[in-house]
Amino acid sequence: MDITSLTVHELMDKLEKNEINSKEIVEAYVKRINEKEKDVQAFVTTLCDDAIEKAIEIDNGSKDNFNIAGIPVGIKDNICTKGIKTTCSSRMLENFISPYNATVVEKLDKAGLINLGKLNMDEFAMGASTEYSYFKETHNPWDLNKVPGGSSGGSAAAVAADLVPWALGSDTGGSIRQPASFCGVVGLKPTYGLVSRYGLVAFASSLDQIGPITKDVKDAAILLNIIAGHDEKDSTSYEAPKKDYTKALKNNVKGLKIGVPKEFFGEGINGEVKKKLEEAIELYKSLGAEIEEISLDIAKYSLATYYIIACAEASSNLGRFDGIRYGYRTEKYSSLKELYRNSRTEGFGKEVKRRIILGTYVLSSGYYDAYYKKAQQVRTLVKKEFDKAFEKYDVLLTPTSPTVAFDIGTRANNPLEMYLADICTVSVNIAGLPAISIPCGVDSENMPIGMQLIGNKFEEDKILNAAYTFEQTYGFREKYKPDFKR
Amino acid sequence: MANTDFETVMGLEVHAELSTKTKIFCSCPTEFGAEPNTQVCPICMAMPGTLPVLNEKVVEYAVRAGLATNCTISKDSKNDRKNYFYPDTPRAYQISQYDKPLCEHGYIEIEDDNGNPKRIGITRIHIEDDAGKLNHNEFNGGALVDLNRAGVPLIEIVSEPDLRSVGEVDRYLKKLKSILEYIEVSDCKMQEGSFRADVNVSVKRKSSKEFGTRTEMKNMNSFRAITRAIEYEAGRQIDVIENGGKITQETLRWDDVSGKTFSMRDKEDAQDYRYFPEPDLVAIRLSDEYIENIKKSLPEMPESRRERYINQFKLSEKDAKLLTASKYLSNMFEAAEKICGNGKAVANWLLSDVSRILNEKELEPVAIPFTAENLAKLIELIDKGTISSAIGKKVIEELFENPKDPEEIIKEKGWIQISDEGAIMEVVQKVLNNNPQSIQDYKAGKDRALGFLVGQAMKETKGKANPQMLNKMFLEELNK
Repeated sequence: MDITSLTVHELMDKLEKNEINSKEIVEAYVKRINEKEKDVQAFVTTLCDDAIEKAIEIDNGSKDNFNIAGIPVGIKDNICTKGIKTTCSSRMLENFISPYNATVVEKLDKAGLINLGKLNMDEFAMGASTEYSYFKETHNPWDLNKVPGGSSGGSAAAVAADLVPWALGSDTGGSIRQPASFCGVVGLKPTYGLVSRYGLVAFASSLDQIGPITKDVKDAAILLNIIAGHDEKDSTSYEAPKKDYTKALKNNVKGLKIGVPKEFFGEGINGEVKKKLEEAIELYKSLGAEIEEISLDIAKYSLATYYIIACAEASSNLGRFDGIRYGYRTEKYSSLKELYRNSRTEGFGKEVKRRIILGTYVLSSGYYDAYYKKAQQVRTLVKKEFDKAFEKYDVLLTPTSPTVAFDIGTRANNPLEMYLADICTVSVNIAGLPAISIPCGVDSENMPIGMQLIGNKFEEDKILNAAYTFEQTYGFREKYKPDFKR
Repeated sequence: MANTDFETVMGLEVHAELSTKTKIFCSCPTEFGAEPNTQVCPICMAMPGTLPVLNEKVVEYAVRAGLATNCTISKDSKNDRKNYFYPDTPRAYQISQYDKPLCEHGYIEIEDDNGNPKRIGITRIHIEDDAGKLNHNEFNGGALVDLNRAGVPLIEIVSEPDLRSVGEVDRYLKKLKSILEYIEVSDCKMQEGSFRADVNVSVKRKSSKEFGTRTEMKNMNSFRAITRAIEYEAGRQIDVIENGGKITQETLRWDDVSGKTFSMRDKEDAQDYRYFPEPDLVAIRLSDEYIENIKKSLPEMPESRRERYINQFKLSEKDAKLLTASKYLSNMFEAAEKICGNGKAVANWLLSDVSRILNEKELEPVAIPFTAENLAKLIELIDKGTISSAIGKKVIEELFENPKDPEEIIKEKGWIQISDEGAIMEVVQKVLNNNPQSIQDYKAGKDRALGFLVGQAMKETKGKANPQMLNKMFLEELNK
């Protein structure tokens, strides 16, 4: 039995039947990490020894916790973990150790999950390839010459390469879904407000959301069960009764109304991606779903709107990295101004600086109305247009990304082209909606293609069921797997 | 600089720290004077990933302040970020309110220089967080950051430019302070910086309707400094204009030692705060019922207390006004009156000796170190004849130095009045024996001699002899 190829719900079954214990699971993952991490480079920090210790503790402890205790997990390195480095893959926080746990980390702890390590990302979650990490490039397990996507590239690559059974990512404009798509795994961005942001190092506060990256849809539902819920430490978190998302997985889409926005299938969408999506649509039809083409005209403004709002908020959120209390401090200064300027110049990477400058500009007096205010107005229109679509449809279906994973080094110096990687995903964040990316096939080079299912606010159950039903019929995991091609 | 062609126009932005138990966005305590960085947590230190949660008490207190200053309370307001870099501002932005403050369009009533009532407009009151403190010169010429104050809630009360004299400014500030103390939203301790003002000053020729260019002096925290600064700055501006110059709109620093204002920021540094809505907080929505309930809970205000004191305790209007100007003094008055039942005496002690000592020490009434019980006890001791008023004055002085039960003080100091006839007679005899000339003077019709003899006897007893008895017994002896 290859433990690391199992999904979490499969591991849970075995734990329950006492066919396996936590130590065996963790040791299998540690072995896998020792074999494959050198090729994938998914981790910023590994916690192998601690994890084995914790596993033994759990094996010896009471089994009051339901059968999930003792399962390992990977955590994106912008989610604060007490006593363990949280770097955001930035030089600025290279040695930063958070004095507190993020709310989601507390929840993982409480469930008895074992932190296997902190996962690589684009610096401060700004990027779509994980190439903007200060520390390392992460490689796509399907082809080591290609990027894993980003910004949660470490999380997606680690799950795809069986280095962790599942992981947490964060999604501001597609940072969970796009790497999930590139790596052939499942990525869910929950409704804004469903999961607490307390302890997620902020990129763009009104867009950020933590979510699961998993091997299959059921695992995503299980992990969402653990992390969802109101948190009094996050005023923007939503107060709602707790749901069991695994109950939504009915393997039935009969009568489900799926809208397909034609704007997401136009220019710029790769032919093979388009073809696989069309096949997926046919599959849904055959399963009894009702599919209609719709227009989401406003979507074309989403990318510009997104970059204005996200950069504006980022320029303010990243102000606290000033070299005074924590984080990187320059050695070259003789005045306060120089301390600020040199610490930030040396501590931040190029892309982060680009976005801070952009964000500072759009908020400046004289430009605020033309950019930030206008973007907020467009944001309202985007929300309205989605609201209208959801009056008629249960789920919207689009590609997750216009292309499959691209080669390392081909876009890192072309920010505009890099920004286009987000074109299918950003409008979901602008509208605060939930969306899931699941693999729906591979292209001629065996690179995975992702399908995005968008739901109405707090209707994670609908997209999870639609995704689950497709997955059960299509059987992607049985057909394809990453081969670490060099 | 008394130039009668010109009129000074002033507006104030007052920052008052709210006396909530916890900070505005986290649950750290707000007490003043703790060891540096002991009242902090990841949130008020702006550790990565932390989020603010608005303390609802802050909204309640700000609404109280708004209602007490006749403002309209906004039912839909929000927080905004004000971005700037400074080491005392750990987030690199202050969470304030920009275009939708909680309270707007209010006023408070003061007297103008001729004693006529005048309304001073309140433009707005908004909530925000205080910054930390930089302790300079403690670190090899650098500065150490203390974040205890970071996140202490503030209200900023912005007045219209309705003030026309330093007298009006003084009365406006005192009135505002008194209101905030009465409604118990701020302790307004100027020495601790919990009540401080930014002063905007401009001058214009009386004939002109248009206001001149204003300058701003920030963080002034004494009435005396504010008065001096305004007088200096108005004079400076008039000088500049009369010499054909122009006033530049700028922020100035008042230096209390030299008595001058200095330019604080050069133009290159003109701040652009890049305000935008705080995405980590939700809109503040208040119901009519919420506002109504706060309105109902407002306490008796100074004006109605004043009326009550005149009627109930027969105080003069002047005394009633002075007492009610400070809620602390007024509360002390009421508490002491309740115990000793002598309202007039309590008012007299508070407004004469106690106020004099406060003035000398430059303290505010809240700094009175003794309790209302102590004061009441003192008055009872005088009323019972245990001590004289003269000793009472000494007890008050002692209460400021070493506050405790006045009865203990007079025992320790041996200040109990001598009312024993035999003992007093002894002193009378001694004084008469030592002053034969005075006896002759008295007999020759010089009444002053009696006063002299009583004085000598008082000196002999260190002020403890009962003066009525002394008088009586000297007269009896002299007339024998």
